[in-house]
Amino acid sequence: MKTDLPVMHAITRIKKEAQDMRTIYLKGKLSCKPGQFIMVWLPGVDEKPMAISELRSNEFGFTYHTIGTFTRGLDSLKVGSLLGIRGPYGNSFSQKKKAVVVGGGVGMASVATLIDVLDNPIVIHGAKTKFHILYKDRFKDMIITTDDGSEGEQGFVTVALKRILETKKVNIVYTCGNEFMMKAVVEMCTQYKVPCEASIERYMKCGFGICGACVMGDKVVCTDGPIFTGKELSANLEFGKCARLKTGKRVSLKEYYGV
Amino acid sequence: MLETTLCGIRLKNPTVLASGILGISKESIEKVAKAGAGAVTLKSLCHEERAGHPAPNMFTFEGGMLNAVGLPGQGIYNAISEFRRLDDLSVPVFGSIFGYTEEQFGTVAEKMARLKPALIEVDVSCPHVKYDHPFGTDPEAVRLITQKVKANARNIPVSIKLSPNLHNIANIALAAEEAGADAITAINTVAAMKIDLESRKPILGNRTGGMSGPALKPIAVKCVYDIYKAVKIPIIGTGGVTTGEDAIEMIMAGATAVGIGTACYYHGPQVFSRITQEMEAWMKKHNIRSLDKIRGCSHEN
Repeated sequence: MKTDLPVMHAITRIKKEAQDMRTIYLKGKLSCKPGQFIMVWLPGVDEKPMAISELRSNEFGFTYHTIGTFTRGLDSLKVGSLLGIRGPYGNSFSQKKKAVVVGGGVGMASVATLIDVLDNPIVIHGAKTKFHILYKDRFKDMIITTDDGSEGEQGFVTVALKRILETKKVNIVYTCGNEFMMKAVVEMCTQYKVPCEASIERYMKCGFGICGACVMGDKVVCTDGPIFTGKELSANLEFGKCARLKTGKRVSLKEYYGV
Repeated sequence: MLETTLCGIRLKNPTVLASGILGISKESIEKVAKAGAGAVTLKSLCHEERAGHPAPNMFTFEGGMLNAVGLPGQGIYNAISEFRRLDDLSVPVFGSIFGYTEEQFGTVAEKMARLKPALIEVDVSCPHVKYDHPFGTDPEAVRLITQKVKANARNIPVSIKLSPNLHNIANIALAAEEAGADAITAINTVAAMKIDLESRKPILGNRTGGMSGPALKPIAVKCVYDIYKAVKIPIIGTGGVTTGEDAIEMIMAGATAVGIGTACYYHGPQVFSRITQEMEAWMKKHNIRSLDKIRGCSHEN
């Protein structure tokens, strides 16, 4: 009989990546594919889904953005502290050649292990300011866009994406970030007839497809996804429009993000 | 050969998706319907929006699943504006409700009835805000709740969902029947917890919760058996049913319909067609043409 129990892992190191963003590395070998996620349990506090952002032979890492009780709890941990891990869960990105990868904000963490395995992809990373840029040393050639123009190009990732789609032969676009951004990316890919895959975020509880907290239209994000094709997303009645709160109440995407 | 009538509701087969599993939206109901369920129960709703307990909310172990979700839900008012009605889907939909006081059960039932579910299921396992013990352990509370719900449910059949965490489940079922319940759903999860040795802490965010899945099945079969002896109203036998033979066993104990929840963890929503196919195969092998021939047969001398 299969089981899904959290297993405790010790923290090997903690790396500050950008303003309010850190990577926690845990001891152990994790067998997972790019795009999959884990459930991270901080005993006595909460449990949340996290993308695996780095895989090594004897450690793995996840990058998080400090925004609430759980992530502030993670901030207080030290090397040697224990976290409970379940998973990995979900499907994964295809790994096609001549790819463009678009990562917005901390969504960059969900595509990082994909970039690692792709053959020379073009990477576009959108961040709020120069202080919010992730993995600058890890992915040296990426195109950076910032909201305030403090580094790279000022403006949306879609401006850079449009330029690439118009000038280069692109087989596929992979993306993860804020859903408004992903909707714009999916629409642009439809317009340029380029396939696309996006990693979707919803409020999650079980991670194994039965509680229903993460339903998006006819999809259960934790098991049908989190990676969906642009075609699936365009046909989905809720993608880019609404999402469910912790209570299960369906609200507009604006209310979901609190904007 | 699996057609079943439950409180006048015609089901293509006796499998019912149990409350709390996937029954969030109309689209997720349709997904489970397509996978072969005979009926689908919505996640429980009360008068208000609830966030539930901190996570971990659920995990699985060798015997099944532990959960302490804490009855999160959008509340009946939001559900009314999202669903509009529940009688326009491809399977009968059961609306599950609960309240913090006996009166609230009646109020929520009245709102739920507006959505026209095929049946209203009443979760009496939640604790009473005033007394801090579950309503379902007290025959008088169950009697009163059943009366309040029946008075407000228009003509929609009402099933009272019982908890196994008590001394005599048959007495509670009898109280519900006497108060006018049309069916009994048995059982809810059994109280349970698990402690992680490394962190030395209970894993569930709420520390304690309820167990479902295969390890619950013998307990559920015993409860259904006891209830069948005590009441005449039909039973939705729920608890650990994972295979067609499990479902047949539940029917032999006396169940009319069979609730299925945690089995979706092992096989996905497709578990419904798998279970019904296994039931048919068993029936053919034993030359049984209708489930009526074996319902409650384990009680015979």
